Amino acid sequence: MTAMLSLERLSVSFAGEAGPSIVVDDVSLTLEKGEIFGLVGESGSGKSTIANAVMGLLPASATTSGRIQLNGRETTGLDENDLRNLRGREMSMVFQDATTSLDPTWSVGEQIAETLRAHQSLSRGAARARTMSLMHEVGIPNAAQRYRDPPHRFSGGQRQRIVIAAAIANEPKLLIADEPTTALDVTIQAQILELINGLRHQHGTSVLLITHDLGVVSETCDRVAVMHRGRILETGPTRDVFGNPSHPYTRALMAANPAWSRRGSRLPVVPREWSIEEVRHD
Amino acid sequence: MTGMATLSGVNDRARRQIIGGGAVLGTLILVAVFAPVLAPYDPESMSVREVMGAPSLAHPFGSDVLGRDVLSRVMYGLRSSLAVAISAIVSSFIVAVPIGVLAGYFGAWVDSVISRMLDMILVFPAMLLAITLIAILGPGASVAAIAIAVIYLPILARVTRASTLVVVRQDYISGSRARGASHLRVLWTHVLPNSLGPVVVQASVLSAFAMQLEAGLSFLGLGVQPPNPSLGSMLADGRDVLNQAPWIEIFPGLTIMVAVLAFSFLGEGLRRALDPKGVAE
Repeated sequence: MTAMLSLERLSVSFAGEAGPSIVVDDVSLTLEKGEIFGLVGESGSGKSTIANAVMGLLPASATTSGRIQLNGRETTGLDENDLRNLRGREMSMVFQDATTSLDPTWSVGEQIAETLRAHQSLSRGAARARTMSLMHEVGIPNAAQRYRDPPHRFSGGQRQRIVIAAAIANEPKLLIADEPTTALDVTIQAQILELINGLRHQHGTSVLLITHDLGVVSETCDRVAVMHRGRILETGPTRDVFGNPSHPYTRALMAANPAWSRRGSRLPVVPREWSIEEVRHD
Repeated sequence: MTGMATLSGVNDRARRQIIGGGAVLGTLILVAVFAPVLAPYDPESMSVREVMGAPSLAHPFGSDVLGRDVLSRVMYGLRSSLAVAISAIVSSFIVAVPIGVLAGYFGAWVDSVISRMLDMILVFPAMLLAITLIAILGPGASVAAIAIAVIYLPILARVTRASTLVVVRQDYISGSRARGASHLRVLWTHVLPNSLGPVVVQASVLSAFAMQLEAGLSFLGLGVQPPNPSLGSMLADGRDVLNQAPWIEIFPGLTIMVAVLAFSFLGEGLRRALDPKGVAE
């Protein structure tokens, strides 16, 4: 079976005034169909750059090498038009901050319908009907009345639901969620993760979940990769990586998580430099 | 644009400025539009007996060196001055917005090329550029409007670019792209409506400057051509007799001042309402 997404020796660097800076360094990973794969790491470890590289949304100043395959099809080197056809239909993305993920000048319904109409020739009425069923599916009550409401009439959690509805409108096979719950409070976080998990079960959507929250990963993901400074340090089934962390960086990260460390003790600081020997739990 | 449709969410000071500036400007525009109906006399008819007549009931603003009614001439002058200033700013806006949005959205070499070309216009002092253009194209109201439009083009385009740069960084832009929208669609439906606020503000502030510039050009005889009156040329006509008949000078001068203030208040109020981040400053 071909993997949903496979990255082969992917490197991304950005041109800077002091020479190029390497943000993603020789990363290889595979995401199976119907799997939720967690990509964890500190800020600046290159997680989001991987997401943008997969979506083909890197700025022009980025240089990429290596291969990205989506469902067995090579996407590196595709032109903008072909990429645009894949975006929203084969792969889609949800961003961190739901408060800025929706255009304040348009109603939420129109924004979901926009995605539908980007890929399917639907009449206005059909797009509207489909939008309302999507809003219903992600748990927005009274979709018919709320279709015309602007984003600011919705709470943060509801906005993230709407963003997810727009992202899955054309039933993409791969959903990339870049810190989808970071801006939300804990109870809402759980609901959004539940929603993402439900998508996997109902539609077989594969999910690349990017987060710095180890708790989120351990609850949701089948497999996980730990990133640091553009490299993957440890990868394997979530159970194994967190149950038996082999790389000292993973152990340090886990020790720095208040939920998992001893009460009353000082939280340790994660040092900056680590050996880059990758550990695989296969 | 929900923010534009209502003034309810706007602070009191902004509301006062918008309503005050808008009301004065609205009145001036009405006077200008209906000048042929409102003016008590023909602005061009001369009368030897009325030469430099002081303000009276028959001629509230007095009459000028050729015995023409100053009030009627102020009304017609306002008409041509406003027409030049407003059409200049509107054409500048129409050209500047697409240029600025493209520069801000695509960045890289598109931005460099556009920005350098705008800089080339910007290096000339406004008056010098206007006079040069008029020297090439010949004097007249429409040439003055074109010159003013060219002068303010780089300013409006830069504000559009700056405001676009803020908008493109928003997640809804990358989100829309990530769901398969084309560049054109993103530009038209998301970038443009969200970038326009500061540009509208800047355009209304620049209208005040355009009024002054038009008056300056007409004062030099490069704008509206006689016998058509314009506020600037009236200032020029009256300056030799400033001691004997100050009203020839005072009333057009006051009108320019009121119009400029009204544009400034409106612009400042709109800035408070539409551009809280201060991009247009």
